[in-house]
Amino acid sequence: MQLDKLNLLYRQLILENAAHPQHYGHLANSSYHLMLPNPTCGDTINVEMVFQAEKVAEIAFTGQGCTISQASASMMTSVLLGQNLVDAKKLIASFSRLIMGEPISDQENQALGDAAVLASVAEFPTRIRCATLAWHAADNLLDQYLEKKHE
Amino acid sequence: MDNGLNNSRNDFEIFQQLINGEKLDYLDSAATAQRPVSVLKAVSDFYRHDNANVHRSINTLSSRATDSYEAARDKVAGFIHAVDSQSIVFTRSTTESLNLVARSFGDLVVTAGDEILVSEMEHHSNLIPWQQLAQRKQAKLVYIGLQADGELNMTDLKRKLTSRTKIVAIAQVSNVLGTINPIKEIARLAHEQGAYMVVDGAQAAPHFAVDVQDLDADFYAFSGHKMLAPAGIGVLYGKKALLDQMSPVQFGGEMIDHVDEQSATWAAAPLKFEAGTPNIGGAIGLAAAIDYLQALGMDKIEAYEQDLMAIVLKGLSQIDGLTIYGPLDAAKHASVLAFNLGKLHAHDVATALDLQGIEVRAGDHCAQPLMHYLGISAAVRASFYFYNTRDDVDRLISGLQRTKEFFSNAAR
Repeated sequence: MQLDKLNLLYRQLILENAAHPQHYGHLANSSYHLMLPNPTCGDTINVEMVFQAEKVAEIAFTGQGCTISQASASMMTSVLLGQNLVDAKKLIASFSRLIMGEPISDQENQALGDAAVLASVAEFPTRIRCATLAWHAADNLLDQYLEKKHE
Repeated sequence: MDNGLNNSRNDFEIFQQLINGEKLDYLDSAATAQRPVSVLKAVSDFYRHDNANVHRSINTLSSRATDSYEAARDKVAGFIHAVDSQSIVFTRSTTESLNLVARSFGDLVVTAGDEILVSEMEHHSNLIPWQQLAQRKQAKLVYIGLQADGELNMTDLKRKLTSRTKIVAIAQVSNVLGTINPIKEIARLAHEQGAYMVVDGAQAAPHFAVDVQDLDADFYAFSGHKMLAPAGIGVLYGKKALLDQMSPVQFGGEMIDHVDEQSATWAAAPLKFEAGTPNIGGAIGLAAAIDYLQALGMDKIEAYEQDLMAIVLKGLSQIDGLTIYGPLDAAKHASVLAFNLGKLHAHDVATALDLQGIEVRAGDHCAQPLMHYLGISAAVRASFYFYNTRDDVDRLISGLQRTKEFFSNAAR
């Protein structure tokens, strides 16, 4: 029965994160926020960040979406929270390669923590965008912050 | 019934494959239909034996190509019961057809303060061209509401249809709700107020007999690719007297009458709207598609699909927590069905069905205002055609049950 393959995509950790997302909500003083739509389904994810001492001091997200997009956003907030800017960019790049089915090192895999479980999404090409939406938003916010700093 | 209407499933090579290890259950014909061998052969025969440009050269091949292209126009006219082949404009798609009406005819008749009437169930292609026209002309875009069952609210329509209304633009069949709108009555009401009736027939023309004279539509738009023809060929029917008044929106070869250094005059309709080399192979494919559909019989297709819809409506209404959008009466519901399964997101449901070989669409279906109206962000859509079988429908029902079980077990 082909539904067995669903277990590969909808792992327990993913279902739990989607049902009880971490860091869901708005930040009181978010200096950076971005809403990105998924044009294939009309879902949107809104990511908010506060930077302090060159680190992701606070992060949160809101939005309605599928299991994969909600779980991925939830896992991302946990991975990026407290990271310095360079490491945060690196983590996003690792996740991006992981989700496209490209090989990443054990070290990178470990650094991604729970989010590494999303590797199975690579086998479901129509769902890759669901998994990357929040990460694209965060990446964009980091770039915005870095650009502003250079000004 | 198990191999489609008249065993038609055998005419489609694409159904011979497995999807994710399962028999292909194609329930996305509202997005695009599959192509039978006869259509593919007609297109390929044209390019292999008769290919030349149309309305150009004095040579045998060009004459053959022109004859085939114009024969396709005649065939389309017959298919929708137009009086005259010269009222059939070949376009790229329904979208291009509607854009042509909005740009050329809309700019001609709509002025500041006028109203354009659309419904809450329109596809973006029968919405944005009117929204843009309203913005260009400082006109007002007015929306007709829906009843709770997804039918058009005719009381609301009668209230909003006034002497200020210049254009009424409505889909004959909703691409989400499957609602069949009473175009003939709406056209009569529109004409009483001096307004023009534009019909988006993309989801209607493939599925039942259309008679533009009986409907008294001023314009009727549809696409080839939703009715077995190649993508890239569409049709705009317009009453000849209206097409004659309209200006072209694209300029170049084929559409001219006489060209001077500083000015030019246009060919008569429909050629004045067909600038550049048209999609000749597409038009020939569309003619072959019409032959195929007419051999099956549009009335038989309609009756067959209604039987399938009755089965699927009954089956789906027995799944606890499943919400159906649109009429629950199969007679009022063309072959498009949108739903959501409990709180599960449409994409998750579509992936689970895909793994079972069942190809549906999930998303906003190019109808964001309708999604807002329904208070949802996305829905699953299953759509049927005459080549779908009883087995396809049963598999959708059991596939949804399995999907529901999977996620309710997983959620514990």
